Amino acid sequence: MAEYKIPNTLEEVAENFDPLHPTMSPNMAFQESSRCLFCYDAPCIQACPTSIDIPLFIKQINTGNIDGASKTIYDANYFGNICGKVCPTKVLCEGACVHNHQDVKPIDIGSLQAYATSHTMSIGKHIYQAGVDNGKKVAVIGAGPAGISAACELRLLGYQVDIFEAKAQASGLALYGVAPYKITNEEIIAEMEYLQAQFEYNIYYNQAITTKEQLNDLESKYDAIFLGIGMGGTRSLGIAGENLKNCIGATEFIEKFKLNPLDTYIGKSVVVVGGGNTAMDAASETARMGAQVHLVYRRDQKGMGAYSFEYDLAKIAGTIGLFNTNPLEIIGTDQVEGIRLIKTEVVDGRVKTIDGSEFTVDCDMVILATGQAKMPDFLSLIEGLELDSKNRIICTEGYQTTNPKYFASGDAVNGGAEVVNAAGEAKVSAQRIHEWLNSKG
Amino acid sequence: MIDISANLAGIKSPNPFWLASAPPTNSGYQIMRAFEAGWGGAVWKTLGVPVVNVSSRYGALNYRDTRMMGFNNIELITDRPLVDNLREMEEVKKYFPDHAIIASLMVDTREEWHQIVKDVQNAGADGIELNFGCPHGMCERGMGSAVGQNPNTLATITSWVMEVAKVPVIVKLTPNITDVTEPARAARTGGGNAISLINTIQSVVNIDLDTFCPTPSVGNQSTNGGYCGPAVKPIALNMVKNCALDPNIRLPISGIGGVESWKDAVEFMLLGASNVQVCTAVMHYGFGIVREMESGLRQFMADKGFNKLDDFIGLSLDKMKEWKDLNLEYKVKAEINTDKCVGCQLCYIACEDGAHQAIKLEKGTRVPAIIDDNCVGCNLCSLVCPVDDCITMVQTDNGTQFKSWQDKMDENSVPTTFNDQRGGGVGHYVPKVSDALKK
Repeated sequence: MAEYKIPNTLEEVAENFDPLHPTMSPNMAFQESSRCLFCYDAPCIQACPTSIDIPLFIKQINTGNIDGASKTIYDANYFGNICGKVCPTKVLCEGACVHNHQDVKPIDIGSLQAYATSHTMSIGKHIYQAGVDNGKKVAVIGAGPAGISAACELRLLGYQVDIFEAKAQASGLALYGVAPYKITNEEIIAEMEYLQAQFEYNIYYNQAITTKEQLNDLESKYDAIFLGIGMGGTRSLGIAGENLKNCIGATEFIEKFKLNPLDTYIGKSVVVVGGGNTAMDAASETARMGAQVHLVYRRDQKGMGAYSFEYDLAKIAGTIGLFNTNPLEIIGTDQVEGIRLIKTEVVDGRVKTIDGSEFTVDCDMVILATGQAKMPDFLSLIEGLELDSKNRIICTEGYQTTNPKYFASGDAVNGGAEVVNAAGEAKVSAQRIHEWLNSKG
Repeated sequence: MIDISANLAGIKSPNPFWLASAPPTNSGYQIMRAFEAGWGGAVWKTLGVPVVNVSSRYGALNYRDTRMMGFNNIELITDRPLVDNLREMEEVKKYFPDHAIIASLMVDTREEWHQIVKDVQNAGADGIELNFGCPHGMCERGMGSAVGQNPNTLATITSWVMEVAKVPVIVKLTPNITDVTEPARAARTGGGNAISLINTIQSVVNIDLDTFCPTPSVGNQSTNGGYCGPAVKPIALNMVKNCALDPNIRLPISGIGGVESWKDAVEFMLLGASNVQVCTAVMHYGFGIVREMESGLRQFMADKGFNKLDDFIGLSLDKMKEWKDLNLEYKVKAEINTDKCVGCQLCYIACEDGAHQAIKLEKGTRVPAIIDDNCVGCNLCSLVCPVDDCITMVQTDNGTQFKSWQDKMDENSVPTTFNDQRGGGVGHYVPKVSDALKK
């Protein structure tokens, strides 16, 4: 169990969050790329949600054509650098690498991808320029992975693109949600600036679209509207004490923490509730800030939604798992003083609490990582736009919504997935917008 | 008791591993270190009138992350005065009387050859090697490979040497010639006692794509060099085999060309070499690699029940035939071990694009399948497969039939016209041209 000292300076914070995948040196990249077999119909490509031609870009790195490698990557995924660092590669491309089948370490595809794109960005080499202006305009709501990816592709096709972003910076959860040992804010911002410099879309920051009037305005001014709105804040659990000071949603905590790690309150003893990847991130982050962390999850360890390597990371940072445990109440007068829990068992696939097994853990902070809420209220403002039973936007294969002027991708459609999924979907979506607008004449 | 001592035309050494005449044998100091490390012999860096060398002398061919798969040099013979080399030779011989020291020589006139042969014999050399192989620089002056490419001159100079030689004389051959057996026969005509081959192959190893200057670059200019290293071994093995099989040569052979491990050394000896000479591997890894070579050789001999080198020298020669004598009835087909297959499908695409469209992909599995009827038994799939023993070539004929091209010639059953129905590919499956666009 690792023990992290409570950091007092940003340098000490950075020390506690040393990168999971440090940037490769040219020599490392050369050695690693030499190991690729250049499989036919490669499984890594099939496992990539954006179908990057991975063997090709690895070969390009190996032969010294680094910028060519970057083009191969960006042609499939505009978040090429960020995805190289934040993608769950162990369950995607690297998990599919055929080397796994003969007990050979899979190719470190993520790091190679980050290596090539970092190189090309660092020399400021532009790969793309916007297409010839076709006179049409598309509004994009949300500057996250979906919105930015759609904007890049639309600019390539000659559309004028205006992005409306509620927050002060682009990239969405890449910046506001991804754990800092995967990628630094500076690295994320660098790719956002690199993309905007090439594609020259407009981003209007701190411009939340929330009202019917705003939507009407967009509909009148733009030929199509792309929704890359992601999801809302943490869903309430509906137990007593959720409003106590120092009880916070995981999404809200991580956002605060990533922007201002030293000014974010972190308890000495933290309980994180939830079993998804966000819960693992919150647990890892607070543990690396020197807290004693308990993770509470209602089923057993295997039942967690989080990737096992994410739990391993939290565990290595010092998190203690309390499985088959449900929260009953958060205790405290003004602020969190503890959490009352109860043991559970699974009967016929359903979680049941065990009478008389209540217990209390003293703590001074509770982080609820119990899922993000959807935004049905906002979406109901769009005429004809339908949601499924889980409040996800219903789309065609081309990510066109039931209001044909609106297209959508990312978490609001898929219910919450990876950056790479949003980037891949949005690229397809932008191409469909193009087809749709052209078919209208 | 395994005895790995070697004997090349009467030159004895405690093992068959010699250093070739090259930068590692430039001085007595280096040869002393080599003998200390375990080398059995050393051919001294070629002696003659000292040269002036250029700066920037070597270039390398890398394969992916493997360095120096091929190596090229434009260095000439020794640039040190003869008297210094002779003094050091004498001194090394005192420390290592049982190790072989060979003086490599390259001079011009008959008088010079006589003088230098006597000088090195007086210094204690156990043998002499005539450098008729150097393919860069020295050949422009009528020496080195210029001699090796002219069998008459080679025979003449060898005979000059034999006039005064009291120790065995090895003639070192250049591969930069159409048929290496011609100069080898000339070496015998001239009276030489052994041959060594191959010297380096004329080469341009690569070009700097920023300066457009081939490497090694001497002030942004270059010249062809001599190529060696692991990449040349197959060429060397073939030339050694040609000399070993030629009934008109019948000279002991010292094998040279890309030897880096015990396996390489054993291969040269199986094709008739009495010992091997090594350079590039030492320039890459130092003298210490001989420990692997010696231990591997001993293990190999123990495993195979060989007690001395002669037990296996030349053992593979009777398996080398002319193509026309190979059995056309022998058939193998590829077999994929589905448990070992990792699903890279390199065999599929290699066969599809580079061979005979005899491997297919099936839905629901990454493991390709062999189409037996189409498989010609070419080995390609088994060669590209990254997993050991996953694709094996399995014999499908019953081993009782034998018919070679020669046999067919003798019975007048070979195809003779362009559309002869006796051609081997007649009736063999070839996909329709238009199928190429369907996949």
